[in-house]
Amino acid sequence: MTAPAGSLLAAEGLRKTYGPTVALDGAEFSIHAGEVVALMGPSGSGKSTLLHCLAGIVTPDAGSIVYAGREMSGMTDAERSALRRSEFGFVFQFGQLVPELTCVENVALPLRLSGTPRKEAEKTGRDWMARLEVDELAKKRPGEVSGGQGQRVAVARALVTGPRVVFADEPTGALDSLNGERVMELLTDAARSTNAAVVLVTHEARVAAYSDREIVVRDGKSRDMERAV
Amino acid sequence: MSIGHTLLGLLESGPRHGYDLKRAFDEKFGHDRPLHYGQVYSTMSRLLKNGLVEVDGIEAGGGPERKRYAITDAGITDVEKWLATPEKPEEYLQSTLYTKVVLALLTHRDAADILDSQRSEHLRSMRILTDRKRHGDLADQLVCDHALFHLEADLRWLELTAARLDKLRTEVAR
Repeated sequence: MTAPAGSLLAAEGLRKTYGPTVALDGAEFSIHAGEVVALMGPSGSGKSTLLHCLAGIVTPDAGSIVYAGREMSGMTDAERSALRRSEFGFVFQFGQLVPELTCVENVALPLRLSGTPRKEAEKTGRDWMARLEVDELAKKRPGEVSGGQGQRVAVARALVTGPRVVFADEPTGALDSLNGERVMELLTDAARSTNAAVVLVTHEARVAAYSDREIVVRDGKSRDMERAV
Repeated sequence: MSIGHTLLGLLESGPRHGYDLKRAFDEKFGHDRPLHYGQVYSTMSRLLKNGLVEVDGIEAGGGPERKRYAITDAGITDVEKWLATPEKPEEYLQSTLYTKVVLALLTHRDAADILDSQRSEHLRSMRILTDRKRHGDLADQLVCDHALFHLEADLRWLELTAARLDKLRTEVAR
């Protein structure tokens, strides 16, 4: 496939089935550096499967995904794994922080896994925690912080490696409105300041309103709403 | 809601008398507020004057209610344009949207397209309000939040309606 001009990550003709269930049926996607794109759609529409395919977590049965000019299906598992560790960041709805580690150790974890020395990794981690306004929680464990604070720690961890794409799957799903909006403000501000692209799965329009563009997924097919009008 | 466009849309399936139009309107859209005969005839005279309908026949016995109206090509274009133009996102606009969706189904147009373009228009407004909220003071935030919650309610209605289009298509065909 030829990715749309200037896109950082693009996909076309994605198909994925789980047994008799068709999760993706020819879905398309593209995102530029620095852009925030919301994936919306009813439950079971295929939006999370699309995110997982784009992030290299799930391999589609058919179709093409191009990241930074490279076809992802042509990469080895080790290459895809390295990409997820160094170029992609992830924020999920729950359960993403390691409970035994302190918050700053959690934030520094992706850097430690890539071989950065502990001191340096934790310093970068603290800088990111300060940007997310949770630096005072550095020594606390995830069980000692609120849901909104924990989610900001998770956002700091997603951004600590300087990823080019952040995948956020219902990042505010477990938060109240005020905390959810603050997380979205901080996530999108931080991503824009580093020119990272954000792929945001959400079913909430108020969260999607933080995006630049919306793609609706229905029955495994995608529709770019900007191009629909 | 635009009564003129709605009556025009009802005429697309074939010519009708004024009283027949009123009955169809009340049945499909006027549950809470049926049309007065006067409204039907004043609207039809305006549509006639603008060339959007023509008189297809007059039954013996005279009286305005005996005229049979047919939609013209210009009328069809006018309905088409109205259906394709998203409504300005305002509070409580679902009665106009509902009318558009039902008319699209009645006239075999793509009702999902109408819902999708309206959805985009709503989200565009929500983005503008969200941006204003991010850069505004608390008063701005409260004003924007109020508008955002209303727009969100509309969007949820649009999503539910999109999910029920097949059922609605069956019902309006009755």
